[in-house]
Amino acid sequence: MVPFAGYELPVQYAGLVEEHRAVRSAAGVFDVSHMGELELDGPGAAAVVNELITNDAAKLVNGQALYTCACNERGTILDDLIVYRRSAGAWLVVCNASNREKIAGHFAAAAKGRCNFADVSDATALIALQGPRALAIAGAVGGPDLSGLKSFHFAKATLAGVAVTASRTGYTGEDGLEIFCANADAPQLWRALLDAGAVPAGLGARDTLRLEARLSLYGNDIDETTNPLEAGLAWVVKLDKADFVGKRALVEIKEQGLARRLVGFEVTGRGIARHGYPLQDASGAVIGTCTSGSPGPTVGKNIGLGYVPSALSAIGSPFVVDCRGRPAEAVVVKTPFYKRAI
Amino acid sequence: MPTNVKSDRRYTKDHEWAMASDGAVQVGITAYAVEQLGDITLVNLDVKEGDLVAEGKAFGTIESVKTLSDLFAPVSGKVTKINKDLESKPELVNDDCYGAWMIAIEAPASSIDGLLDAKAYEDLVASLDH
Repeated sequence: MVPFAGYELPVQYAGLVEEHRAVRSAAGVFDVSHMGELELDGPGAAAVVNELITNDAAKLVNGQALYTCACNERGTILDDLIVYRRSAGAWLVVCNASNREKIAGHFAAAAKGRCNFADVSDATALIALQGPRALAIAGAVGGPDLSGLKSFHFAKATLAGVAVTASRTGYTGEDGLEIFCANADAPQLWRALLDAGAVPAGLGARDTLRLEARLSLYGNDIDETTNPLEAGLAWVVKLDKADFVGKRALVEIKEQGLARRLVGFEVTGRGIARHGYPLQDASGAVIGTCTSGSPGPTVGKNIGLGYVPSALSAIGSPFVVDCRGRPAEAVVVKTPFYKRAI
Repeated sequence: MPTNVKSDRRYTKDHEWAMASDGAVQVGITAYAVEQLGDITLVNLDVKEGDLVAEGKAFGTIESVKTLSDLFAPVSGKVTKINKDLESKPELVNDDCYGAWMIAIEAPASSIDGLLDAKAYEDLVASLDH
């Protein structure tokens, strides 16, 4: 167990690689109740939400969600979020645990006088059921057939006798659900999922799974010193929508051109890149930093993400990872490192 | 948790084992260390035969999917052998951590007397596991 944002989180249960493989081949279950849940309600809620995020929530229908960044006025990333539209006047924002106070404050301030705001994180449990067997397991614990629930859509359901909101989202690169329920009901749901064959998985597997799928980790790959354009998140930045926090800065950043980019790389030499390791050119000059790195159990390679100058970011560009004084050759590769067969 | 500790050698609080034979001390890592690391993917030895290592100083690193850990010399002396097999087959440490020695250091058998014996090491591991 490791302490994280006030929660005690398991790094692994049976073993990281075993858990990783279970999610890729069958189903794993993660307790991610540390994530923050914020509710905005009232006629003004839609406008408040959309002013604070880079993606466009105006295009969502009831029961649909989207991935987005929330930026500051400088266009750098306060957090990455999933925003859920329950109805035109009822919204749920899920943020990272480490950013909960900051994001709750940010949304509460914007909501003042315009809509109701509530931080319901402490009352809400979140269980991620991920893997090709996830929907079958949801059915096995008495849930409805969710195969018609599209990606990034959500619905109320009863699983294992527990009232939940099931969302077809995840952080592993696999099919699956993220399931919200009341804290008191979480143990019953958790046990039922395990009994139905889901493998409990910890933070370690969550990290290797998301890295293979090239999903950003806040605090590693993105933070308040990085902007979404250089982080490869331009697809969640809608510069053509109405004004939002950070828009002016992001327009400027785009016009000036990106100085650096977050790239995926494979270590072809002998070494494992880790968060914080310097990236160097052939002469040994530092050109960037590794933001995430580990062996990828499914891809069978040592992989990583890091910021490098745009001129050196093309696929195939070689560089060197300084693994605590040991140089290891690496090359920029296409991402995601792993993409599931559909 | 049952600990897997052998009585034919000594241990450090950093979870290395040291076994004396024929004027040399072989060094590896314990089952507890392997369990903490998980699947081992890389063993890096920063020394070669003939180099001097100093007690308590790092002589390499061992990495798993999850993390990396320094390898510390349990005694001082000249490196007489390194286990080159581990370079291409780091998983040998997972398979048999008490057989997968990493380096041998030229030192008398008495040099490991000050390290933890099996009982003391078992007690240490037990104290970490709750």
